[in-house]
Amino acid sequence: MHELSLSSAVVNTAVKHAEGRRVELVSLRIGRLRQVVPETLEFYFGFVARDTVCDGARLEYEIIDARLHCNPCATEWGIEIPAFRCPTCGGSDVEVASGNEFEVESIEIEEAECIAPR
Amino acid sequence: MHRTKVKVVEEALDANNTIAAANRSDFDRAGVKVINFMSAPGAGKTTLLERVVADLPGVRVGVLEGDVQGSMDADRLASLHIPVIQLNTDPSFGGECHLDANMVRSAVPSLPLDEIDLLVIENVGNLVCPAEFKVGEDTRVMVTSVTEGEEKPLKYPLMFRACELVLINKIDLLPHIDFDVERLLYNIDQVHPDVETILVSARTGEGIDTWREWLLRLAAREGAIAAG
Repeated sequence: MHELSLSSAVVNTAVKHAEGRRVELVSLRIGRLRQVVPETLEFYFGFVARDTVCDGARLEYEIIDARLHCNPCATEWGIEIPAFRCPTCGGSDVEVASGNEFEVESIEIEEAECIAPR
Repeated sequence: MHRTKVKVVEEALDANNTIAAANRSDFDRAGVKVINFMSAPGAGKTTLLERVVADLPGVRVGVLEGDVQGSMDADRLASLHIPVIQLNTDPSFGGECHLDANMVRSAVPSLPLDEIDLLVIENVGNLVCPAEFKVGEDTRVMVTSVTEGEEKPLKYPLMFRACELVLINKIDLLPHIDFDVERLLYNIDQVHPDVETILVSARTGEGIDTWREWLLRLAAREGAIAAG
């Protein structure tokens, strides 16, 4: 259900970077550790984008696998199930190396042909 | 017309986090410690607060009560003569299933920050959504209850990982139900190794002293701490 709020956040981020230009595509990176349902996000995105420069834009996403890093013993490993203790030393001082992302990676915008080079 | 790709690489919740930081700095300036208090609906958040908020020597507590609708929980807490502010997510937010930083921001002016030392933000009952949104808290505490099943940490890892303390409530029911506390504790440790846990019964009062002492220690903490 929070995908409604999350899609608003995505639209707001895209609108900010579009600077008034029409957005055709929004690309996201979504980590597996985030409880985001991409299909639901896409569904809401269509509604939330109305009346903005993102109206009609496509949403695409890349799912990022979860990888953990143990600080004391430097083991790095991927996880499929939520088990966050280090498999090597059993320690708890473990950081998420990837899998926590929920970011707008890029947007594709439509621009008039005749603009001065930036 | 032609298409151009614009590199963004920005956390989509940056705007929320910026507002959360503004809330946090208001709370810090007033010297108020803030807990984001979360659980599934019916786990016992309000009762666990009722048990302790009026009985913390030297620590004046205020509660920001988040609900989709109604003020039933706020009324219960207000009867303990502590400041309680109701925040409903329904009228202007479309019945959101969680509090976000902006909703809390809207309530900051009505909070008597000069008259309290500890603010408990009781989030909307939900194990999924609140974990995604910082609201300006110092720390997060969650409640799970023994009627919810031992596998909850594995099903809702984000919530269990977000919290510094997990209260395990309704232990008075253990003789009547098939529930393996050791398995729950093992699952919690898998998801959030070494996280603090307290077994409590809001009904009988078992474990409530430990919960109270934890709150007193939090209120006495120096300065700002990291909130996951």
